[in-house]
Parts: sequence; structure tokens; C-alpha cells
Amino acid sequence: MEEKMLMKGNEAIGEAAIRAGCHFYFGYPITPQSELTAYMAKKLLKMKDAVFVQAESEIAAINMVYGAASTGVRAMTSSSSPGISLKQEGISYIACAELPCVIVNMQRGGPGLGSIQPGQADYFQATKGGGHGDYHLIVLAPSSVQELVDLTMDAFDLADKYTNPAMILGDGLIGQMMEAVEFKERKKINLPDKEGWTLTGCKGREKKYIVPFNLDPYEMEKLNLKIQEKYNKLKEKEVRYETVNLDNADLIIVAYGIVARIAKTVMSNAKKEGINIGLIRPITLFPFPEKIIAETSEKVNKFLVVEMSMGQMVEDVKLAVNGKAEVNFYGRVGGVIPTQSEILTEIKKYLK
Amino acid sequence: MKKVFESPKSLTKDPFTYCPGCHHGIAHRLVAEALDEFGVREKTIGVCPVGCSVFAYVFFDCDMICAAHGRAPAVATGIKRAKPDSIVFTYQGDGDLASIGTAEIVHTANRGENITVIFINNAIYGMTGGQMAPTTLVGQVTQTSPYGRDPKTMGYPIKVAEMLSTLKGVAYISRVALSKPAYILKAKKAIRKAFQSQIEGKGFSLVEILSTCPTNWGLSPIEANKWLEENMIPYYPLGEFKTPEEVS
Amino acid sequence: MAKILIDEERCKGCELCIPACPKHIMVMAEYFNKKGYHPAKQIKPEECTGCTFCAITCPDVAIEVYK
Repeated sequence: MEEKMLMKGNEAIGEAAIRAGCHFYFGYPITPQSELTAYMAKKLLKMKDAVFVQAESEIAAINMVYGAASTGVRAMTSSSSPGISLKQEGISYIACAELPCVIVNMQRGGPGLGSIQPGQADYFQATKGGGHGDYHLIVLAPSSVQELVDLTMDAFDLADKYTNPAMILGDGLIGQMMEAVEFKERKKINLPDKEGWTLTGCKGREKKYIVPFNLDPYEMEKLNLKIQEKYNKLKEKEVRYETVNLDNADLIIVAYGIVARIAKTVMSNAKKEGINIGLIRPITLFPFPEKIIAETSEKVNKFLVVEMSMGQMVEDVKLAVNGKAEVNFYGRVGGVIPTQSEILTEIKKYLK
Repeated sequence: MKKVFESPKSLTKDPFTYCPGCHHGIAHRLVAEALDEFGVREKTIGVCPVGCSVFAYVFFDCDMICAAHGRAPAVATGIKRAKPDSIVFTYQGDGDLASIGTAEIVHTANRGENITVIFINNAIYGMTGGQMAPTTLVGQVTQTSPYGRDPKTMGYPIKVAEMLSTLKGVAYISRVALSKPAYILKAKKAIRKAFQSQIEGKGFSLVEILSTCPTNWGLSPIEANKWLEENMIPYYPLGEFKTPEEVS
Repeated sequence: MAKILIDEERCKGCELCIPACPKHIMVMAEYFNKKGYHPAKQIKPEECTGCTFCAITCPDVAIEVYK
């Protein structure tokens, strides 16, 4: 059955997570994602066999997720930029232990305590590992409240499928805004059995252990290679993106999340002035949609990457374009959202 | 003749990797005996720390997970909340529990998480090579207090059992030592009470175990036992600090 | 009648069983085990009461006791 509701982004994530079978939430308040923590408290504390813990810190929260995930349940934590920095140690352990879980980052302006307005300056942290060691998260970047719902549910499936932590990388704006959302009936997908690795007590079997280390460097290298294999598979099978008006475009905007929505307004306004703009919107930031960007750079020779950062995703775009087109960048930071008119002015600079 | 003493089932046959005379082995055995005696091995999940006992996952014959330094109580919270019928214990050293993991241990105790914490206090960091721990005694020489711990700049040794026993969520706390058979027998009783408290759902339990680190103290195992009794016990008195009436 | 069995290869020669024994019949052997330690050895086995003090003190769980 389909239900349509008007929901705030942060609360929509919570509802989506619960409907995806995540009944274990561990969090710590931080603006601008606190509504999600509050939503989980309101719902889970009333549910049978569900757990909500307000942890003493973000560090504790991610480690509670680590513990809960080791028993095979779907577990989640959420925070915003400074809090996500605190979680990095735990995330690295979870990635090394190959446990599934979902982490939500509703980014705000940084660095430091930064601001409480939306930002996208955690792109490097989210997509390149974030903590120590060679690992990646599966990073999903929603650009509407509906997509927050759909991608949150997908994040749990992908995390289970690849036994790897997945991150919803939103921003303070998308978390705070209200839109109509539908909780669609989802088709059942086959996910790998968790029994092989879950800790349940050793009744009727040999003991199992989860240890995110190996002091034998050759064994540790093997573990790294095994994890890398998963990332290769992700790159091959799970890349997602949206494209708009790529054919005959004078310039391609590459933007994700809320900025991609602003870019769509830019496109229609530009059209009125006779400027033809295309858009590539990465939905998975890891794995990054490099192929479509590379292919497009064969046909269109001007790119503009727009981010709420000093230029982070633009590096991945440049790697994908590999010198075949001109890649420009426009960014606003610290919690400032770029306006469509600023972006259009920027575009005109490059189309002179 | 009947066998009256043997290695408990909850220990694997793997020889311990600890230094000669180190008390970790005794503590491991006592925990394993308690798991055997309560018949809970098959539903136990242990959380090992970072430090010398990071290898505890090899030695305990039950499901085990390794936590990041100091985070074992948070990991144990996640496990116990997800599987309330399991028996969950953490095994932590003094650097792990009383330094980097103070927030986790205080709040896990304060929430009254129904888990058991085995806390090894040997007044020094073992695995990293003998640095000052939060429990290092005043005047004690370590790699990072080479002129002795000076409380003016390094603070005083933390009394974990006393500190945590002020928290309402705590069901059972005691401090024991392992330097002679009489103490070991008492330690065994305390560990049993701690697990019993968990099995009966009474809430958070912790046993602080005064232990030796002969290697980093620069003493023979026998001298180390003597040093523990002469220096640690006067500062860290043995005994029960909190007991639920029903657990006795 | 009591007796102990020492797993000499587990023993690390820490000597903690020596003061633990109320009958003073624990010593270290003169030979080495494979790890290079002098393993624990019981002298005058007839005096052993099977009190288990050596075993409960042993950090390496290297002693079994029969009674």
C-alpha cells in the first residue's frame, strides 16, 4: 500500500529506517539533524524489541552500532559534520570488521564547529574513507525528501549486501525541509545470509570472533585486498546518477544533493536566455559515476562543478574527465547556499 | 583419584601470550570458570580491548569481538541491547578503561547496562611498553613518568571502583587482587557475584582486579606480587563497594 | 593421596607456584622446556595435599590437580 505524507527530511529518514527493519538506533544530539534522533526516540521507545539509546557521545554511539551490528541486526546512527568526525574511528573499525550499518550525515558548514547551516564540505571525508586505513563507505546523496526515504532503505540493503557501512550524505537544508513523501511497497530482494558472521553465542557450533586487526602483515594485506574486491564490485554494479539534457548542452553542471536542485532551476532560467545546460547528478558518491562523466566529456567540452565546499567533488570530476574537457568550479561554503543567479552568472563567464 | 583442578571449558587450549608471571592468565581463568559454573558459555559474547589482552579473543572459548581502545563498554551496550538474553562481558585494562574510555565506562555504568566488566588495574600501560596509566601510583616510575608520577602535573591515581560505586545504575562493584591464593579465591567469588548479578538482570557489575605487570615494573613475578601488596593495596583497598542485597 | 600434573611446555617458569605451596615442595627444574624456561617441578610428591594453591596461582593454567 502506498501512503503519502508531508514530512521533514530528518523525520523521513527515521521513518524509512524503521520501515527498512532498523529497530536499533544509537545517537547523540547535534544540529541540524536532532529531529532524526528525536523521531527515533519517539518511535523506538514504544516498539517491542526495539532499542533507542542516547549515547554519551558520538564516539560511544558508533561503537554501540558496532556491537549491535555484530549480532546481525540492522543498526543506525546519525549526526552532523563535527559529530561525524568523532565517529571516524568507529567507522574504520566497522569497515575493517566488515559489518553492515547505516550512518547519516546531515552536513553543516565547517571546518571546526563551523556553522549550523547546510554544507557539503564533508565530501572528502565521506567518500575517501574518513578514518584511518584503506576503506570506503557506500555513500548515497539524496536531493529530495522522497529520495531520503528511498535511499535510506536502499542503504540498509546495500550495507547488508556488501557487509560494509553505508552513509546517507545529506545536508542541513534537506534535513530541515518538508515535502510530500510516499512509502512505496518495496520489492523483496535477496540478501546474503548473515549467519556466517553474526555473534549469537556459540551454542551448537564453534566460537566465532570479530577482530578488526591482524598483526601478521601478510594476513592484514589479504584482508585489505578482500575489502578492495568489494569496492571494485560496487564500482561495477552499484553506480547511480541522474542525467538531464546531456545532448547538445553547451555546458554540463555536475552537482549533488540540494545543489543539484538549484542547478535544475538554473537550467530552466538559462534556457529562457537561450543557453543550453545539462546536468549530471551523482546519486552514489562512492562508487562515483565516473563513466558517464567521462563519456559526456567526449561530447561537451565545458563542465561546471557546483558544491557547497571549496572544491572537493570537482577533483573526482577532473579525474573522470581526464583532461578531455574544461572543468570549472563554483562553490559557496560555511553554510552559504549558492543562488541560481550566482550560478548562472558563473556559467555565462565560461560561455563567452 | 579424581581430577580436582583443570583448565575450564571456557578457555581454549591455546597457551597464553602474556609474559611470565603476568596476572592476565589468572584473571582469564577465573572469568572462564565463572562462565563454566553458571553454564552460560554458549550464550556469552565477550568484548576484548586494545592492549595486551587484545588477544583474549583467542583464549576465551566463546563468541568474542574486539573493540577500539576504551570503547568496549559502548560495544557491549550495543550487543546486550540487541541480544538481551546473552551474557556480555568486557575485559579491559587501566589505560583502556580509566583513561581513554572514561566516558564509556561511566555512562555504561550509569545507564545500568546489564553487563559485567572485568577491569585489570596493574598501574601501567603494558603493551605499549610501560607508560604511565591513570592508575599509576604517586611517585611510581614509568616510561612517561621517568622521575616518578608527580601529582602536581600528572594528577592522582584514579580509584575506579570507588568512583563508579557512587552511580545509582551500578549493581555490583568490588576490588580484588591476585597476588596470593587467598586473594585469588576471593577474586573468584567476586567474579561469580558479578556474573550472577548480570544473570539475574540486576544491572551493571564490575570487578577491579589489582594485577602485576612484572615486565614493565622491572620486577620478578614474586617481587611484583610483593610490590602489589605493599604499594597498591594500601592505596586501592580491597573489598566490595556496592552489592545488591540479593546477590551474596 | 594427591598429585599434580605439570604441563611443562605451557609453564613459563614464573615461579609463582613456589611461594603458593604451603608444603614448600615446588621448585624449578634445572632443565629447559622448548620455550627456554625452567619449568615448575614438584619435589616430595608424597607430601602434596592436593590443596590446588599452585594450580590457582599459575597464570598459565599449566597445573592439573588430582585427589
